Amino acid sequence: MTKTGALKITTPTDRELVMTRVFDAPRAMVFDALTKADLVKRWLLGPPGWTMPVCEIDVRSGGKYRYVWQNADGRKMGMGGTFQEVVQPSRIVATEVYEDYWTGGETLVTTELVETRGKTTVSTTVHYASRDARDAALKMGATKGLEASYNRLDELLNEETH
Amino acid sequence: MKPSGYALDTTFAALADPTRRAILVRLADGEATVTELAAPFDMSQPAISKHLKVLERAGLITRGREAQRRPRKLEPRPLTEATDWIERYRKIWEANFKRLDAVLEELKGKQKKTVDALIEETKPKPRKRKAK
Repeated sequence: MTKTGALKITTPTDRELVMTRVFDAPRAMVFDALTKADLVKRWLLGPPGWTMPVCEIDVRSGGKYRYVWQNADGRKMGMGGTFQEVVQPSRIVATEVYEDYWTGGETLVTTELVETRGKTTVSTTVHYASRDARDAALKMGATKGLEASYNRLDELLNEETH
Repeated sequence: MKPSGYALDTTFAALADPTRRAILVRLADGEATVTELAAPFDMSQPAISKHLKVLERAGLITRGREAQRRPRKLEPRPLTEATDWIERYRKIWEANFKRLDAVLEELKGKQKKTVDALIEETKPKPRKRKAK
């Protein structure tokens, strides 16, 4: 079983990104922390310096959610979507679209919660619907590093071999 | 240069195959010929060559100059860009999830208090003896 606290990220296909993390809490509690607005706005903050002044979540199939983050300079970034499937406390499928100009499209995010002996494994699959969507996300996050780093290469590749 | 989004897309597509990743692991130890690369796999040389073409198009490997052997060599830059992106993503989510850990600890504390209060409530109260 995965150790509590270790975040695992894999890219099983060129359209998907999977994140897995174990939390030391029962599943119903983790589900609440992922879906109740007053709890979500305390942790889903992104890079340092950003706060989340808007966090609205209507967690049911067909329900909508909307997040707005703000940094110290007053720059805002909004994101939202629609829940396509909500199975409390084990599964959430939601669309995700950024409101900013660079948005290339929608992604589909599937979150699954599995409880084992009081601990909960949360796996999140981000599925990029199109190349445009993927490019928008990557352009935003891409940083150029010229230095070779075989350690990080090993880390990425070992996920398959071990 | 192509926009980084496109370049990364090609890199991730090339990395999305276990044989190609194994080839890269092998090349991380040093350059190798197609025959040498094909040896550990139960695959024909043309099949391996196809994988090598995908890796070459993604800029992940290059061919050596030696006319006969044409050894393949790992090119680290696209991989560095791909892993940098994942690292950045990882850092943001690690910070998010640490804060989530703290929220969960607090919830567990609150739940324990509620449970303790309930236990306290249901405990039989010491009865007062009726004074005669």
